[in-house]
Amino acid sequence: MKYESQRVAMPYFIFALILFAGQIVFGLILGLQYVVGDFLFPEIPFNVARMVHTNLLIVWLLFGFMGATYYLVPEEAQTELYSPLLAWILFWVFAAAGTLTILGYLFVDYATLADITMNKLLPTMGREFLEQPTITKIGIALVVVGFLFNILMTALKGRKTVVNIVLITGLIGLAVLWLFSFYNPSNLTTDKYFWWFVVHLWVEGVWELIMGAILAYVLIKITGVDREVIEKWLYVIIAMALITGIIGTGHHFFWIGPPEYWLWLGSVFSALEPLPFFMMVLFAFTMINRRKRNHPNKAATLWAMGTAVMAFLGAGVWGFLHTLAPVNYYTHGSQITAAHGHMAFYGAYVMIVLTIISYAMPIMRGRPYGNSNTAQIVEMWGFWLMTISMVFITLFLTGAGILQIWLQRIPESGEALSFMATQDNIALFYWMRLVAGSFFMAGLVVYFGSFLIKGQASPAEEVRGPATQDS
Amino acid sequence: MAERFTKSMARNIYLGGSTFFVLLFLVLTFDTQSRAMPERDNRDQLTEQVVRGKHVWENNNCVGCHSLMGEGAYFAPELANVFDRRGGADSEVFKAYMNAWMNAMPTNVPGRRQMPQFNLTDQEIEDLASFLEWTSKIDDNGWPPNIEG
Repeated sequence: MKYESQRVAMPYFIFALILFAGQIVFGLILGLQYVVGDFLFPEIPFNVARMVHTNLLIVWLLFGFMGATYYLVPEEAQTELYSPLLAWILFWVFAAAGTLTILGYLFVDYATLADITMNKLLPTMGREFLEQPTITKIGIALVVVGFLFNILMTALKGRKTVVNIVLITGLIGLAVLWLFSFYNPSNLTTDKYFWWFVVHLWVEGVWELIMGAILAYVLIKITGVDREVIEKWLYVIIAMALITGIIGTGHHFFWIGPPEYWLWLGSVFSALEPLPFFMMVLFAFTMINRRKRNHPNKAATLWAMGTAVMAFLGAGVWGFLHTLAPVNYYTHGSQITAAHGHMAFYGAYVMIVLTIISYAMPIMRGRPYGNSNTAQIVEMWGFWLMTISMVFITLFLTGAGILQIWLQRIPESGEALSFMATQDNIALFYWMRLVAGSFFMAGLVVYFGSFLIKGQASPAEEVRGPATQDS
Repeated sequence: MAERFTKSMARNIYLGGSTFFVLLFLVLTFDTQSRAMPERDNRDQLTEQVVRGKHVWENNNCVGCHSLMGEGAYFAPELANVFDRRGGADSEVFKAYMNAWMNAMPTNVPGRRQMPQFNLTDQEIEDLASFLEWTSKIDDNGWPPNIEG
């Protein structure tokens, strides 16, 4: 760690991981409710558990992105953070607002929550992923504005690197697109259309810039490959992401009202959306093959490769499987969507945050060469348990989806099974998904366990060539 | 990547490409919203009651279990075509159905998925029914494939 103020990333990472654990607990509750329908009813109905599960994910990823930014921007800019105090204040504000919102979901009836938070004044609640009370949405906007101010002031006074520029561009995009969460017209089709400006243009747009920048930073650090080369790759990747992903939004416009030309535009451009993720796989593996040194933090290297591969599989391959309009006509809103969503979020965004945590946390804990070998081995066990479990969760949901489509979607009206009858028929897949989910939880426990192991890696690193100046 | 392909070329592709596609997306959005949608979303029938129904839908987080036009959760049935499926495409039949259904929840059948009792007033149920009826009439390129949603 070159600058003392980078340490402010630590509370962000720790809180992110705590929320991650909460997300998985609620994931297991949901998985059980899929097969034991009245589990925890009426105390925690499915919609409440799902809201907690998805909102925890969004909030902890934001904490992770912010932690990553506070860690890497000062080092890239070669200057101390503009205001560590502001970063701490915003941490507590965001943590308190996030916790209160989750507690609100759990302990207050949703309609009452809408009432007491005066949703009537500016109705924004009750839409998927944007369930937060309007006041929380305003809070998120303010926290992000303060955060961006702090980061911009830091970046502007120091060295301007491509990693910083791309990361900050992504974060500004995140902030600007969030404003669409406040737009809730009474026409459902308009509402849905602009809802995707937050949801799609985040995860298949600006978040890819954030992911690319974090991955590029970690690769510079662990491989020692020349920055020029890495930055060139980064530009190509984010160019592909935006060139395909922006019009690719059209794959959400097939069946919610917009005109037929979106069937073509959405199909063609989203079919190309795997490209940037494939480039990320090539990027990570090429850079690691051409490494100028063997960084002793092997776990971070594994996460960096893992996030590229899993993002390609989850976002790229599983996205492509159902993105062409004639296919999507049958798969839309089925368990195929759920399968894709799980692996894409895990591969791209969960794993990139765990990558930077794996790299940065040991350094912030005074272990510049990474954790001890034992700790790294335990962490890698966590990696494999969680990753393989997620592969199985995805496969079982895909199986459930295929069967669901076969029984419920393909037959003619009158012969097709009803939704609920279909659910009964595919329960076995849900049980298997639940088992895979339990293994994921076990993997998370192992991963957390790795933080408790003391000691650090040996500084003796094998230098394969001249290390670059700034790496 | 070959040395001939320089970083500044990569940057120009990024800047040029993303600018072009952002602009194209804005043009398409303008066309969709101003020209196409008025003919597709039957907005002339978007009454006060439908708007109130949308708020009932949102304030009770219906999308946390159900999907609407395929979007939402996949725990409970699709509702963009429930007007056709359960109401026989008849407003009065559908309102009666909705009233009976909402008041019968939860079923409390052991082990079955349960829909909460939302304690809606008769007026709110009627608003919600109007909203779902209006939604069922949006031109959505013929989705879903069959009545089961």
